[in-house]
Amino acid sequence: MDAIAPPVTRFARTPGVARRERLQAVAKWVFFTMALAMIVPLVAIVVYLLVQAAPSLNWEFLVEVPKKGMREGGIWPAFVGTLYLVAISLAIAAPIGVLAAIYLNEYSRESWFNRVINLAVINLAGVPSIVHALFGLGAFVYAARFGYSIISASLTLAIMTLPVIIASTREALASVPMSFREACWNVGATRWQTIRAVVLPNSISGILTGVILQVSRAAGETAPIMFTGAVFFKAVQRGDWFPYRLGDQCMALSMHLYTVSTQVPNVRESIPYATAVVLLGSVLLVNATAIAVRVWLRGRKKW
Amino acid sequence: MSPTAALSIVTRGLNLWYGSFQALIDVSIGIRERQITSLIGPSGCGKTTLLRCFNRINERFSYVRTTGEIEVLGQSILAPEVSLIELRKAVGMVFQRPNPLPISVYENVVFGLRVHSRRSELRRSELDQAVETALTEVGLWKDLKDRLGARATTLQLEQQQKLCIARLLPLKPEVILMDEPCSALDVEATRAIEELMFTLRERYTIVIVTHNMAQARRASDECIFMLLGEVVEHSPTADLFLNPRKEKTADYIEGRYG
Ligand SMILES: Nc1ncnc2c1ncn2[C@@H]1O[C@H](COP(=O)(O)OP(=O)(O)OP(=O)(O)O)[C@@H](O)[C@H]1O
Ligand SMILES: [Mg+2]
Repeated sequence: MDAIAPPVTRFARTPGVARRERLQAVAKWVFFTMALAMIVPLVAIVVYLLVQAAPSLNWEFLVEVPKKGMREGGIWPAFVGTLYLVAISLAIAAPIGVLAAIYLNEYSRESWFNRVINLAVINLAGVPSIVHALFGLGAFVYAARFGYSIISASLTLAIMTLPVIIASTREALASVPMSFREACWNVGATRWQTIRAVVLPNSISGILTGVILQVSRAAGETAPIMFTGAVFFKAVQRGDWFPYRLGDQCMALSMHLYTVSTQVPNVRESIPYATAVVLLGSVLLVNATAIAVRVWLRGRKKW
Repeated sequence: MSPTAALSIVTRGLNLWYGSFQALIDVSIGIRERQITSLIGPSGCGKTTLLRCFNRINERFSYVRTTGEIEVLGQSILAPEVSLIELRKAVGMVFQRPNPLPISVYENVVFGLRVHSRRSELRRSELDQAVETALTEVGLWKDLKDRLGARATTLQLEQQQKLCIARLLPLKPEVILMDEPCSALDVEATRAIEELMFTLRERYTIVIVTHNMAQARRASDECIFMLLGEVVEHSPTADLFLNPRKEKTADYIEGRYG
């Protein structure tokens, strides 16, 4: 009697394949959990901050000056101080960094000079901010005799952000296809004409993003400005946009946060949190602008 | 082909090193004016390198060293007083992948003019005229005259490649170098570019690098066969394919290597 052969399915799952599929499913879940683990604390922090800060969060808090030894009132002087520091430091670091990066990426050929600069940029980008603070203290406050001042603090922040701006700008420039440059050179364009006509228009969004991202770094750092120009308290008019001159010391959000959290007893509990929310909010606002600018510029470039 | 045709490009004892690697060895050739000369040979034999010598674009690598002589239109181009900018005006290059700039068709064509003149010297009517002439010469005018504002990178590949040729023309070049200009194109587009080469031959000297033996045979007047950095044979195309003088050439065209 012939046994009826069982129907043979082709492409059936063998035990080996099943095991690999299970492994794959596990791997996917592990990675997903990690991604979640990254988001959850972030959301938790923001929510926690907002809840804690709620009692103090209002327009008055932003434009009012601190009162009663910083136990009451607002944060206007610190907010304006941070604006000054960030704006001035970027006004110094951005042009220098971008122009240096253009030289390094577009003009210089492979050479020992180029390699030394590269090495310097990479290493400077990794120097801890406290070291920059000490450098700024020695170089700007004492050696250059700027004293403890906005200009010293801004220069220190500029030195700190410069290497990162150079690195990010170079990256943006390097992402412009070589074939565009060749196309230009082949009709006899000089390097500068090539840069202006083709390289910059196609890398400007990346360059701007890199520069703007340094805003959050400059705004958040405490050590470099504490050593060189930020003070605990400065008497300022409510809502005054021009309370400081370059040679003055100033208040700053990051420093103020440190002060009200650790140095002043009996501060109203919501004040440090509200300060943190303002700092975080300003930084996020700037970053969102950066993203918007990038999307806008991206929309115009297609290749 | 008239044997009296003048030579556009002459090299004598040309050697080129990338660092310590010698990519061109004692290359001595003469390329005829208003002819299509193709450079053939297996991958890595130095075709691109030789082509790029003719407008000195190799020099952007600091580790490239050249000895010997290259004359273009009777002028030694390695002489110190030669301006690369003027040289590249006269010797244009078309690349393997079409590389239009990411700007409009119109601006691509006038790019060379803009590069070489002050803004105030260029009148709109002249530019318009230059665009029409150049695009007509490469056979794009009819298709593109209503789309001059379109971004050049959105065109079909064939149109892009023709545009890259048109971009050279307003500068009135003498020599057009093409490095595998059809390798990114399909059969139809390849034929179109080859036909274009035939019409351009009346006005320009054309040097084309190709991997495609059939193309060299169809489209060129003379052929230069290279191997490992050396020129093995340089003859009229028909001779090279029908009665190669060297054994290595015969091996190559019969497909024994490469
Ligand atoms: N920029 C460079 N740096 C170092 N070596 C190079 C460089 N360009 C080319 N070479 C070397 O020089 C030799 C010739 O290269 P070339 O590109 O001229 O060959 P080719 O004949 O055009 O090849 P293909 O047919 O693949 O395009 C090759 O061995 C290559 O590895
Ligand atoms: Mg090649």
